[in-house]
Amino acid sequence: MQARRVHYLNVDYGVKSWLLTKDHKRIAILYLVSISFFFAIGGMMAALIRLELATPAGDLVQPDVYNRLFTAHGVIMIFLFLIPSIPAVLGNFLIPIMIGAKDLAFPKLNLASWYVYNLGAALMMWALLRGGADTGWTFYTPYSSMYANSEVILTALGAFIVGFSSIMTGINFIVTIHRMRAPGLTWFRLPLFVWAHYATSLIQVLGTPVVAIAILLVAAERLLHIGIFDPALGGDPVLFQHLFWFYSHPAVYIMILPSMGVMSELITAFSRKRIFGYRFVAFSSLAIAVLGFLVWGHHLFVASQSVLAGVIFSVLTMLVAVPSAVKVFNWTATLYKGSISWETPMLYAIGYVGLFVIGGLTGTMLATLGFDIHVHDTYFVVSHFHYIMVGGAVMGYLGGLHFWWPKITGRLYPAFWSKISALLIFVGFNLTFFPQFVVGYLGMPRRYHAYPEEFQVLNVLSSAGATVLAVGYLLPTIYFIWSMRYGERAGSNPWGAYGLEWQIPSPPPTHNFEEKPVVTTEAYDYYTLKEKRVA
Amino acid sequence: MWKNFPLFPDKATELAAEVDQLTFVFLAIALFFSLLVATLVIYFAIRYRRRSEGQIGETEETGIWLEIVWSVIPLVILLGMFFWGAKIYIKAYRPPADAVEYFVTGKQWMWKFQHPEGNREINHLHVPVGQRIRLTMTSEDVIHSFFVPAFRVKADVLPGRFTSIWFEANKTGTFTLFCAEFCGAEHSQMMGSVIVMEPQDYEQWLAAGQPEQTVIGSGEALFAKYVCNTCHFPDSAARAPILQGIWGKEVALSDGESVVVDANYVRESILEPTAKLVKGYQPLMPTYQGQLSEEELFQLISYVRSLTSGAAESEDSVAVGDSKESEE
Repeated sequence: MQARRVHYLNVDYGVKSWLLTKDHKRIAILYLVSISFFFAIGGMMAALIRLELATPAGDLVQPDVYNRLFTAHGVIMIFLFLIPSIPAVLGNFLIPIMIGAKDLAFPKLNLASWYVYNLGAALMMWALLRGGADTGWTFYTPYSSMYANSEVILTALGAFIVGFSSIMTGINFIVTIHRMRAPGLTWFRLPLFVWAHYATSLIQVLGTPVVAIAILLVAAERLLHIGIFDPALGGDPVLFQHLFWFYSHPAVYIMILPSMGVMSELITAFSRKRIFGYRFVAFSSLAIAVLGFLVWGHHLFVASQSVLAGVIFSVLTMLVAVPSAVKVFNWTATLYKGSISWETPMLYAIGYVGLFVIGGLTGTMLATLGFDIHVHDTYFVVSHFHYIMVGGAVMGYLGGLHFWWPKITGRLYPAFWSKISALLIFVGFNLTFFPQFVVGYLGMPRRYHAYPEEFQVLNVLSSAGATVLAVGYLLPTIYFIWSMRYGERAGSNPWGAYGLEWQIPSPPPTHNFEEKPVVTTEAYDYYTLKEKRVA
Repeated sequence: MWKNFPLFPDKATELAAEVDQLTFVFLAIALFFSLLVATLVIYFAIRYRRRSEGQIGETEETGIWLEIVWSVIPLVILLGMFFWGAKIYIKAYRPPADAVEYFVTGKQWMWKFQHPEGNREINHLHVPVGQRIRLTMTSEDVIHSFFVPAFRVKADVLPGRFTSIWFEANKTGTFTLFCAEFCGAEHSQMMGSVIVMEPQDYEQWLAAGQPEQTVIGSGEALFAKYVCNTCHFPDSAARAPILQGIWGKEVALSDGESVVVDANYVRESILEPTAKLVKGYQPLMPTYQGQLSEEELFQLISYVRSLTSGAAESEDSVAVGDSKESEE
């Protein structure tokens, strides 16, 4: 019997040791618990929405309740789950390890971000218990500022506060990546996961303040009747949409970029190969982050924006497709002559590529002005962004969680069940959302509590798919928890993957590295790795 | 549940056919690229599956030319689609000069329509087939959006300003109208229809409605009621700008800027006369904010426009967004 190894999980068991921890790995776990909780709540809202939409008549809940459901679903999933998901959990856990550091640059700020997040989340939950908001997650004025008779201010204030946790995480990552890389770890030796988070952090830091201001202005108009957005008070309702989307479109990239980083890790690890076109993949993340700030007007194609503005935003939006396509093609090329194993994380990765391609291509369709007029504000849009955010971001998050779970917990989960869950999620997702493209082109507007009969078949398919999807999400919850106690011990590198995180024990010790690592090779250099082992 | 289960929406305008054409071509492109990537991924994943535990992938050099090819090809295709889409968009949002103007008001949760002849309707709009129709729209409360899937047209309906959209139905029938912008509790009940009729049937329908006055006639009556003519009269020299012949012209403002006289400018001048004062005039006009309904405002504006001969035909070309943004 060997001596019990001390690692970050067993170093201390007290509640205080968790709530006051400055260890990035423990904070990642705290975030994991929080966002999983909110994902479950947001998911239940989605279940109720799909149940209501199984029949054309609005017969399950009152219209007012329905509106609060989809608002809560959107607000929770975006602000409390998707935005923090990969950065705050996987990024938090992995970035210091991947760059050979013992923690993030500002450990206390990191812990503070979790508390700020929970404060904002608590306000939102309080708002929800008081009846919730009914404006949609977009808070469009003047409905939100002057007409809605619901908990708009509390909900918006919650989102405002959560925004600061996102800014804190962003600043922490930027500084850490700049200042704390191990000797020899040049920018172009960084894992692409780190590049993707760097790009994400830039958006978080630059974009979030704008939406914070927009939210405050709504509150100012609502409380003090200062005319900013309501024309009856001398305001401009479309101004809000500009301010809101200036952040909220880049926010989409906050959600998708980290998952692209995860993809690059998964695809290289399960092909055991250097990524094809490293620099192109790295710079495409930055290109997406920069271009992402120039496309917000595509949310206003039918909102009285001038025709010229529409044309400019359309062409700029098309440009975003190029770095996205570059990523997909490079991932595909990485598989060529790889050594590919079909482990669970790789199944997620392959599923991700498929869903992201559909989400991306329908995105370019929506950027096409003449097409967008017809499908704007219909289920076509709903389906498109779920392909990106669920098919992309959530698949990436789950793929990443399956990949690094052995590192985080030191345990393996059951391979069979995890493959079943990957399959169920892929099938359930497509069954839920593909029919929504069709029903959207038919003309079904989004945020409809009741709808004409001819849309029913497609809606029933969608609701059926949601059931499959729910089972797919439930399975990992069960086997992950099971594995923490009963899972096989993982060892330091169960996948035979490259990367600093795989060179330290699982779970890692509190300070990650016994001695500061020196990096001498490119990222994903499996060739040298193998030679070293042989030698 | 299975009765009338369509997979593709009805088409009732030429625009609809054009949009569908774009859709089909784009779908074909999307399908090609999806299948290409899916086939390659699955083929590689099987062909290069790991055969022994310690096996690693073969390293290869990054092909710069490959990166260029797969950046440029999508870019070129997308730019092509962009131009095509922009062409349709410009057409959809620039009403032709000979379009007949109808007035639409959105409010929680109903649609109100007024025909040029003066007939009024709620939620259902009757129009003749083969006639170009321009809808000038505004909202009495929050943002709504006018959406008729069979026409493939949509435009947000905003409070405090006019937006417009046009269509020409090419077949008769009843086509669903949705509010596409979330507008509150009964958003999904804010539905209606556009009923496209043969011209002679439409004439009969109009006549049966026995409207009291045409839109311009009502506007003229309002002009008299509010004694606008005390100042705005062709020979009243100095007190207010002469309205005859002013529509569509650019006028100089007292602050040195200039503005084109269109519906949104006249609207603003009635509600907030001092906001953009025409050069050479004193700020004497009182505000009519709160005294005129949206419908009356529109009637008054229609009358002002009718004072410029041929103004109805030389309507300002950019409909949506012809207002504040371009001026500010």
